[in-house]
Order: sequence, then C-alpha cells, then structure tokens
Amino acid sequence: MNQSDPLKKARRKRRWKFTTLFIILIALYIWAFSGIEFRGIQETAWPVTKNIIHGFISPDLSFIYSPDGEDLIRGLLETLAIAVVGIMLSIIFAIPIGLWAAKNLSSTSLISQSGKGILSFFRTMPDIILALLFIKVVGPGAYAGMLALGIGAIGMLGKLYAEEVEAMDEGPVESIAAVGGNKLQQLAFGVIPQVLPGFISATLYRFEINMRSAATLGLIGAGGIGTPLIFAIQGRSWDRVGIIIIGIVIVVLIVDLISSALRKRIV
Amino acid sequence: MIELENVSKIYPNGVKGLQDINLTIDKGEFISIVGLSGAGKSTLLRSINRLIDISSGDIRINEQSITSANEKSLRLIRRDIGMIFQNFNLVKRSSVLRNVLSGRVAHNNTLRTLLNLFPQKDVDLALKALERVNILDKAYTRSSELSGGQQQRVSIARALAQEAKIILADEPTASLDPVTTKQVMDDLKKINTEDEVTVIINLHFVDLAKEYSTRIIGLREGKVVFDGSPAEATDEVFEEIYGRSLKEDELLGEENL
Amino acid sequence: MDTKLNGPVPSKPSRWSFYLFLIGIFIIVLISAIYIDANPFTFFRNSENMFDLIGSMFPPAWSYIATTTPAMLDTIRMALLGTTFGMILSIPIMFLCARNIFRIRWLVEASRIGLNILRTIPDLLLAAIFAAILGFSPIAGIVALSIFSIGIIAKLSFEAIENIDNGPLESMTAVGANKLQWIAFGVVPQILPHFVSYVLYTFEINIRAAAILGLVGAGGIGLYYDRALGFFAYDQVLALILYTLVVVILIDLISLKIREKLL
Repeated sequence: MNQSDPLKKARRKRRWKFTTLFIILIALYIWAFSGIEFRGIQETAWPVTKNIIHGFISPDLSFIYSPDGEDLIRGLLETLAIAVVGIMLSIIFAIPIGLWAAKNLSSTSLISQSGKGILSFFRTMPDIILALLFIKVVGPGAYAGMLALGIGAIGMLGKLYAEEVEAMDEGPVESIAAVGGNKLQQLAFGVIPQVLPGFISATLYRFEINMRSAATLGLIGAGGIGTPLIFAIQGRSWDRVGIIIIGIVIVVLIVDLISSALRKRIV
Repeated sequence: MIELENVSKIYPNGVKGLQDINLTIDKGEFISIVGLSGAGKSTLLRSINRLIDISSGDIRINEQSITSANEKSLRLIRRDIGMIFQNFNLVKRSSVLRNVLSGRVAHNNTLRTLLNLFPQKDVDLALKALERVNILDKAYTRSSELSGGQQQRVSIARALAQEAKIILADEPTASLDPVTTKQVMDDLKKINTEDEVTVIINLHFVDLAKEYSTRIIGLREGKVVFDGSPAEATDEVFEEIYGRSLKEDELLGEENL
Repeated sequence: MDTKLNGPVPSKPSRWSFYLFLIGIFIIVLISAIYIDANPFTFFRNSENMFDLIGSMFPPAWSYIATTTPAMLDTIRMALLGTTFGMILSIPIMFLCARNIFRIRWLVEASRIGLNILRTIPDLLLAAIFAAILGFSPIAGIVALSIFSIGIIAKLSFEAIENIDNGPLESMTAVGANKLQWIAFGVVPQILPHFVSYVLYTFEINIRAAAILGLVGAGGIGLYYDRALGFFAYDQVLALILYTLVVVILIDLISLKIREKLL
C-alpha cells in the first residue's frame, strides 16, 4: 500500500494541474467570445460570397495582359522584383550583423549579445508598418515596398545566419589560425565555405516569405500586385479579384517549387 | 629551436594544464609526447603555436618569444609552424587543393587570398605537396569525398605547402585504422628526414612512439616525468608515465601493422 | 621545395557555370531594381523626410495606449479565436495529408496540393477578402486567421506525423484496432506535444498578423494604425508600435515557456 501512495500523489497532482489548465482555457475562451460582436455580419455576406465564387470560376482573363497600363503580368513582375531587390538588401545587412551576433566568432559575449539585440529590434518591426513609414520617405510605390521588405527581413535572416555560424565546426577555423591566417582569412577559408549552403538555404526560405509579403504590400500602397487587387476588391469587380489571386497562387507556387528544389540540391 | 621556459598553464576553472615545463627542442628532432588523456599533451602542443595562451613562463621559437609576440609577429611565427589535427580540420565542402592552399594564406597579402588569387608558385607548391603524399589525382575533389587517411594526408600536404619548419601533430592517427596510421606516420617521418622539419607529435600508442621518434617526452598531470631516447623508454618508464602498466589499447600491436 | 611534378596534373574543373550563375543573379537583381525604380539616390535625397518623420514621432503619445486598449484586446481575441478554429480545422486535414495514415493515394496527394495552394495566400489578402464579405469587423479577421492558421498548423503537423515511430502503429494493427482507434492510440500520443507546440507557434505569428489586419478593415489595433497615419499623428503611431511590441514580446515569452515545458 505504501508503494502506491507516491503514485497516487503524483496522479492527483497531475489531475489538479490539468483541471487548472482547463479552467484557465475556459475562462480565456469565455473572455474571447464575449468580446466579439457577432451581429456585425452584413446581410450582403452571402451574395458577395456567391459573386466571389463566380469571379473565381470566370476570372477576368482580359486583365492578364493589356498593352497599355496596369495588368496582371506587370503587377506580378513588379511583385517579384520587389522580393528580389528586397532580399538583396537584406543579405547585404544581414551577413555582417549575423556574423557579429554569432557567439563563437566574438571574443566576449558582450559583442555577440549586442548584435543579437540589433537583430531582435529589426525582427519586431512588421513589414507593413515599415512600408507605411517608407512610403512617407520615398513616396508610395514599389520602392517603398522593397525598402520595407529589405529592412524587415534583416532580423530574421541575420538570426538564421548567426545560428548557422554557431552550429559550424570550429576546427577548420582553428587550423587557419594555426597557419598564421588573420581574422579575415579565417573567415574566408574557415567559416564561409562551411556556412555558405546554410546561408543560401536560409535566404531562399526568406525569399519564399518575401514573395507572400510583396503580394500584400500593395494593399497599403507599397507597389506590386496588391495595388490592383485592393482596387478590384473596393470596386467589387470579383472577376478581376479572381484572376489576380489565381496569378498570385501560381507565381508563389512556382517560386516555392524552385526554391525547395534548389535547397534540396545544395544541402 | 624551440625553448620552453618555466611554462605553466592554469585554466580558468582552476585545472592545472601544465606545470613548470622546461624543454629545449632542436631542429630536425622527431618528438613523441605520450601520457594519459588529460595529462596536458594537447595543452603543451597548442601552447607552442599559442592556440592556447600560457599563464606564466616563456616560449621561444628560434629565439623569438611567441608568448609576448604581437598579432602580426604571432602570425609570422605561426606561418612557419604546421599543425595536424586528430579530426583533420579540413573544410569538407572545399576542394582538396583549396584546403592545401589555405596553408599559404600567411605568405600572401590578405586581399589576394580573399579573392582566391594565389600566385602560380603557390599552386605549384600545393600540387607538389599533394604528389608527395600520393593524392595528386584528388586535387580537385571535394574533401568530404576522401577517406579518413586521405583527409589526414591532405592536412600533411597543407603543412608541406606551408613550407613549415616545425610540424605539430595532435593525435594525428587517433581516428584512423592501423594501416592508414602507418602510412600517415611514414609520411611524417619522411618529411622529418628529407626536409629536416622538426616534428612534435602527441601519440596514444606507445609502440608507435618508440618506433618512429628520436625522443620521447612523457607527461603526467601537466609535468614532464620522462624525457629521453626511445631506447631508454622501457616498460617501467611507461608505467611511471601512466601510473600503471600498459593496457592493450595503448599498444597498436605488431600484428596489426 | 622543388615543385616539378612527376605525374600528370589532374585537369582543373571549369568554373564557367558558376560564374555564369553569379552574373545571372547580378543581372536579375539589377533589372529588378531598375524595374521598380529603386534608385538609391532618391532614398538619400529624401532621407531628411525620414528624419522629419522620426522626429515627429517623439515623444510618443502615451495617452493613446489607453484609448486603444479595447482594440488591442480585440486583437488578442482575434488571434486566440483564429488560432483555435484553425487548430480544429487542421486536425482532419493533417491526417489526410500524411502519407503514412491514409493509403488512398489520390486523396492524400489532392489534400497536399490543396494545402500548398492555401499556403500561398498571404494573411493580409485573406483579411481583405473577408472584410469585403463580412463587413469591417473582427469576425473577418478571425475567419482570415483561421484559414491562415490551417496552412501553418496542418503543414507542420503532417510532417511530424510522417516522422513518427512505426512501432506503436504496428502493435495497434496487431491487436486489431480500427482506423480511429489506430489513430487515437498509435498516432495521437506521439504527435500531441508537437501539435500543441505548433499551435502555440502559430498563435505567436497570429498575434503579429492580427495587429496589422485592421489596415485592410479586419478589426483590431490595425484600425488605429490606419487612423493615426491618416491624421499624420506619428507620435500616436510610435505609441502603437511600442504597445504592439510589448504585447507581442509578452505573448512570445508566455508561449515559449509553455512550449519549453511541453517538449
């Protein structure tokens, strides 16, 4: 009997823990549900949904290409361009900050910690908010969107780079130091060749995210396919919304496919 | 000539790595350092090229103190000291040739090396070094595709291309099988006799030490407890170094060779 | 050392394709930059705008935090409910997508394609569409986040399911369990900690997403971003940014603590 006592105690403790968790969750949900006004749904919801579905079934194919002015192809190309230049800008900043933040490259933890601090600062800024700020600087359009993506991705990319460096084998770096190589040479011969595949993989991963972000930047006026999309939504031309979303899905899928194929090849 | 004068090393956690070591090593010697793991073999070796900073004493390479050398002269001293590691420490994704050429970085200006523009003389030197260790045909192969023994020969080639006057080898054969072990030791011996390169090597197998070296140094708890010729290193001496009689795994065994 | 070689030198592999690749990337970036008019000089010429902007952000309008707290609570509610519905909807989908659960090949592949398509649609875009359907209210945000969450939770979970240990599955088959029992006793115990961890991770992402959904009319704190920016009240914008930051960090910390306990 004595033996089962601690067992019983553990079970009771476990049950108590689960009950508390359960009560907390229930309270949380009551709070969440009671705060939301469910009356707010407009009566037109169903007809609008029908129109949207209809828009997807018979999309506005004429929007794909028009010789003058805005069309789908130009919008998607601009989105792609925003993502491409944006990632380039991020790489330029993320590599030095990432190396700076890597624990095993700095002599004191103060250095790497300060690098990590900078990265967290960048990471907490949402792309969209940055875009709103850059619109004020360079005016609305793709340029502002590119700057937002480029600066916004530094935090995540730099963190991924730093983690890659921290996971590397330090032997080769030591061996370059042993033959008399200076810090730069240790970096070029010991560190970079080791971490390059990881860096490329992280960059491609972030590029996939960039594509999705770039597609939405236009919703707030920062260029790309989002601009005609928000106009189409506001103008309730659902056949145009349909073709734009189909276009986004196809391009993002293709980018994802190419990116994951490349990532598999380099690892 | 390498001189160690009253060298001690105390690690930040209080462990005494080396205690009052005094040694003089002449050019062309082939020295084996033996002892239990934790006896300070690695610490001693890494102190010589200052991969580890010593706590007190002085180490001089050809009359120049490495202990008090500044950044730049430290690199110049290290340029002439090759190092071979237990786990090879090659960049596995780089080609064999690039790994060997990395031994030449301190001979060239930084910008040139960063752009990978080594002078033809250096490339010739690297290729010749690869030929001397019999892996010239692997020059453009990725290092990761080589066997352990071949990888260790790449790091020997790196020391050769470096035109090192001293080679420090930290348990170079510990991750190799007996046959490759023998080849690697033969390569080191050849370099030692043909090029008059001083070789200092940490060894786990005492019979290898007796077979190859001109001098054996025994370490125990960071102190030199034996320093003499292989002939003087009798079984009793090893018992003194190891604090017990030799175990089976400390002998490579003749039948394996 | 004499460098004359006795044997033949192996031929040096061509680096052409590598250089071409680099040049190709350079050209793509350059063309892209020209295409979107990304002239660095424009940025520097207008950089005083940025300093003006940053200057007008200080001091932050702290009083705005009190005004916007109900909206912030709405944002947390949206993220919480969106994650919850997304989690519930993910459960059948993740089992359908895992190759080692259902052997009906076409069904599994079709579900995976469907999930991949779903994952291409960005959160803000979903919010814009549901705001058009359901009107400008947090409900649009909740629906958008629910669908967005499926993409993350179902994807991570089905990959976890495919990596589970086969032993317990075989023993369930051996004792003659039906498919539901087989899942409940063989699969669920193995993936539950992962699943909960993914849900929490998605919650962290959703908090960030919910904070900006209001920009396209889907409720929450984002509405106030829109308003403050419209009035050029940058001191209020900064207050909002800082407020969001604190909430995000707090929730991240709580979530991280729970996730650490789980795994």
